[in-house]
Amino acid sequence: MMQARRWIIITMAGVAGFAVAALAIVFAVGAGKAGHIGVASIGGPFTLVDDTGKPVSDKTLAGKPYAIYFGYTYCPEVCPTTLFDLTQWIKKLGPDADKLNYVFVTVDPERDTPKLMHAYLSSFDKHIRGFTGTPAQIAKIAGEYRVYYKKVPTSDGSYVMDHSSMIYLMDADERFDTVITYQEKDASAVSKLKALASQAPTS
Amino acid sequence: MRILAKLVFIAALVAAVPAAFAQGGGNSKIDVEKPWARATPAGAMSGAAYMTLANKTATEDRLTGASSNVAAKVQVHEMKVVNGVMQMREVAGGLVIPANGSVTLKPGSYHVMLMGLKKPLVAGQSLALTLTFAKAGNISITVPIEALGGGSGNGGMGGMGGMGGMQHDQPGGMGKMEMK
Repeated sequence: MMQARRWIIITMAGVAGFAVAALAIVFAVGAGKAGHIGVASIGGPFTLVDDTGKPVSDKTLAGKPYAIYFGYTYCPEVCPTTLFDLTQWIKKLGPDADKLNYVFVTVDPERDTPKLMHAYLSSFDKHIRGFTGTPAQIAKIAGEYRVYYKKVPTSDGSYVMDHSSMIYLMDADERFDTVITYQEKDASAVSKLKALASQAPTS
Repeated sequence: MRILAKLVFIAALVAAVPAAFAQGGGNSKIDVEKPWARATPAGAMSGAAYMTLANKTATEDRLTGASSNVAAKVQVHEMKVVNGVMQMREVAGGLVIPANGSVTLKPGSYHVMLMGLKKPLVAGQSLALTLTFAKAGNISITVPIEALGGGSGNGGMGGMGGMGGMQHDQPGGMGKMEMK
């Protein structure tokens, strides 16, 4: 009985926390769509390198809506799961898949070299590109996307990363559209990606 | 005498049944049930193993550490997503397995984290893992490796078929056929 009550409290706390996060996102969406440039805007200019070592910037993504996810290759669970889910969703998009760009940005630039990211991404859909850079460049893009990340030392002198776990969906004008949360249901995620692809400018 | 022999036989049979489902041997104080590890993407340096640990004794035990020949370091971690932020922490003081109770290590929760992988974890293969408990001591188990999508809320339903051709980058095989 006590156990059940504790779980209810934990669940309620979780729901409350989620509601706050959702409100923040709704606010961000509103601000983004209205074209305000304020604290709540998501996205911005960046300079990084891709997983083949080529320099890239926000201009590289311009013209197509995109899905952008922040993680790291030393991540044992959330990142491979998310990239695996994204791989499945891209497959379900069929020909629409090409209307979007997909980017995995590392929050661990010290270990995630272009070469390592390239090898890592070979296990996922070929549309997904990896971006890395200097710690300062990563801090800048993470700041622009309101991505939280933090290095947490482990007892063996190594470290793991805390990081935001959602995929941001951005339109072709680099404005924030919505997010796909960790382990979101396939149908919901695919319909968000489809909606994003339908906004792609036809050339 | 005959009856006693029969009883012993039946007792042995009964004892053998749980042993077939759980690793750790008949005399172990901890049963390790349904262990599995997730296949890792190419180049990945970390992996995770999951299982249920059942304490068959009336005293609490703790999983204090682990080791494997496939990883430089193995730790017990807890993963949580708090307000959209993924957090991972080493379980301080060991993972408590309550008396006559069990703890399930699963995605989104506790896991045995394999750090500094010496080679990728390939679906269909298995790895050796030794778990160290405060009271039960060392228990060595064999952990089957499941496809990358295994066990996750979404892809896991598809089971082994999920990854299709993607897991088939067998090292060695094709490389040796290279023409001069």
